[in-house]
Formats: sequence, structure tokens, C-alpha cells
Amino acid sequence: MHVSFRTAWLTAVALLAGCSQQPGGKAHAAADPGKDRKPAPAFTLKDSDGKPVRLSDFKGKVVLLNFWATWCGPCKIEIPWFIDFEQKYKDRGFAVIGVSMDEEGWEVVKPYIARNRVNYRIVVGDDKIAQDYGGVESLPTTFLIDKTGAIAKTHVGLVSKSDYENEILQLLDGSSRAHVHPSPFSRSN
Amino acid sequence: MAAAALTCIPLLSRAQTSLNSLSAVVHVTAPEKIVARRNSVQEVPLRVEVKSGFHVNSNTPADEYLIPLKFTLNPGILELVEVVYPKPVLQKFSFSEKPVSVFEGNFQAQAKVKVPASAPVGLTQLLGKLRYQACNDRMCLPPRTLEIKVPVEIRN
Repeated sequence: MHVSFRTAWLTAVALLAGCSQQPGGKAHAAADPGKDRKPAPAFTLKDSDGKPVRLSDFKGKVVLLNFWATWCGPCKIEIPWFIDFEQKYKDRGFAVIGVSMDEEGWEVVKPYIARNRVNYRIVVGDDKIAQDYGGVESLPTTFLIDKTGAIAKTHVGLVSKSDYENEILQLLDGSSRAHVHPSPFSRSN
Repeated sequence: MAAAALTCIPLLSRAQTSLNSLSAVVHVTAPEKIVARRNSVQEVPLRVEVKSGFHVNSNTPADEYLIPLKFTLNPGILELVEVVYPKPVLQKFSFSEKPVSVFEGNFQAQAKVKVPASAPVGLTQLLGKLRYQACNDRMCLPPRTLEIKVPVEIRN
């Protein structure tokens, strides 16, 4: 499938989690209270084995949905963190889904995920999913989806590992890490 | 040659978008018109302005995954001889272990095009594309391809 990602740029409108997406703007976590969270848009895309990945299959789990690309330097900083999270928390009802926005699709994505031993589901995105998620303009853009399937947090741009981890733990069981690593990238509100 | 506000039309595929904030990150200016003689090589300056805080990958990025800055000429009367890019900057960013080869701020690339001896006298157009991909230190914008159109008057 040809991905014309480069054209899926809509002016940031009514983002599901209310996060600004202006280039060069701050990344911040849109911390929606539970009652104000909007449902994460459904999607079905195929993974590297051609198997369908449906967001609905993850209901009841906390999902980290990460839009990325092989040409995105900041994205590649985060990927090892997500590999770690998948390993540590998958048995607690957590999953990472990576949505690659590479125009070349699997031709470039497959070798990349093999080389980097990505242990979570990767799909190749399209215009529709980018638009459905508020018009993804910048990469990385990451959504944290709670167990009910609603978007709890949105991050645009690079964020610290500790920020992600605290948010994941809060969504899993309301806890957080006992200590916080230095977070040079954290711009959460 | 007077530089002019560019006739650079972003190539848009399926989803038409307004020229949103992304287009403000990189501006490209080409000559308003070129006058060239047959059997000559003409230099076409392309002035690029990158918004402060952002950079574009240079034409020779070190990482194979990075999308380089690249000007290409559409097939036609004119022939691309070479593109002379400025010397890139090796910049260290928070997301990169190694310095990244980039262009920042204002810079100029020179496209050298040949006007064949057999080129018809009169008006034609230089049609080309400039592809780039911009990031700041925390996020990246999608690669874009700008269409470059410059009227060319070919004389004897």
C-alpha cells in the first residue's frame, strides 16, 4: 500500500487529547481526566507478517500507540525504551503498537525492526489513521490509551523515558516509579 | 536575475492540505527568470531558508535512513549537469549519538543546467523538484517535495 503520509497534514484540529502539534512547539502530555477522555479511533492495519492488528483486540489493556518513521532521529531514541516497556509490562496488560509512517513501507521498515529487535507489533500507517488521530503532523507522536480504549495522554515530540513509564504505571494500576530519572526532554504540564 | 517569491508548488497527493505551519519551516526562492544561450551551462541559484530551530538533512547524510536534500530536474530540453550544495554543518543533537550532517539557516544550492546547442530559441521552463526533510531537536516533519518552476528564455 502506498503511503502518502506526507500529505496527511491537516491543521491540528480538535485533537482527541487536545495536544498542540505546532512544529517546534513544546511536547506536553495532555492529561485528560478519565471522564473527558475521548475514544481512540479504531483501526485495522497489518503487521510485518501480514496479520491484522486491530486496536479493538487490545481493549482491557493499556496501549502505547507510537507514530514513527525510520528517517526520524528522535523516534529512534524512543524505540529501545518501548522495547523495554513491552518486555517489562506485557504480562500486566500493556502493549506497544508502532505505526510506521515510512512512505516506502515494509521495504524499509522490515529490515529496521529486525535489525533493532523490536519486540512489539509494528504496522505501516496510512493517511486515514494519521487523519483519524487528529492529523499527525510531527514524529514521534505517541498516544497512551487506557484500558477502556480512551486516549489518556498525547505526546508530540521526544519525551523522557521516565515520563512515559510513570504514565504507563498510572494507567496500569495507579502507581508510579519510586524515583524519577532525570528527564531532560520532559515538557509535561 | 532577480530572485522572486518562489513559484514552488508543494506536491500534494491524495489529501489536499492548506499551506499550514509546516510550509513555514522551509522556504525556497528561485530566479524569476533565466536568460540563457544555446550551448551554454547556466547556473540556477536556489536559495533556501530554514526556520530557526530547525534543520534539513544535507545532501550527504551519514545515516542511510535519513532523507537527503536533493534537487532533480524533470526531463526536458535542459540537462542537469550537477548541483553544487554548500558545505554542511555537523551538528550534534539530543537524539543523535553521532553528529548529523545538516543545513541550517539560509543557504544556497546551485543547479548547473546545460542548454544544448539544438535547443529551440524562445521561452521554455525549467521544471524540477527539491526534496527535503526537516527536524528540530525533538521532532521531525515529514519529507516534502517542492516543485520548482523557472521560466527560461533561450537565445542564440
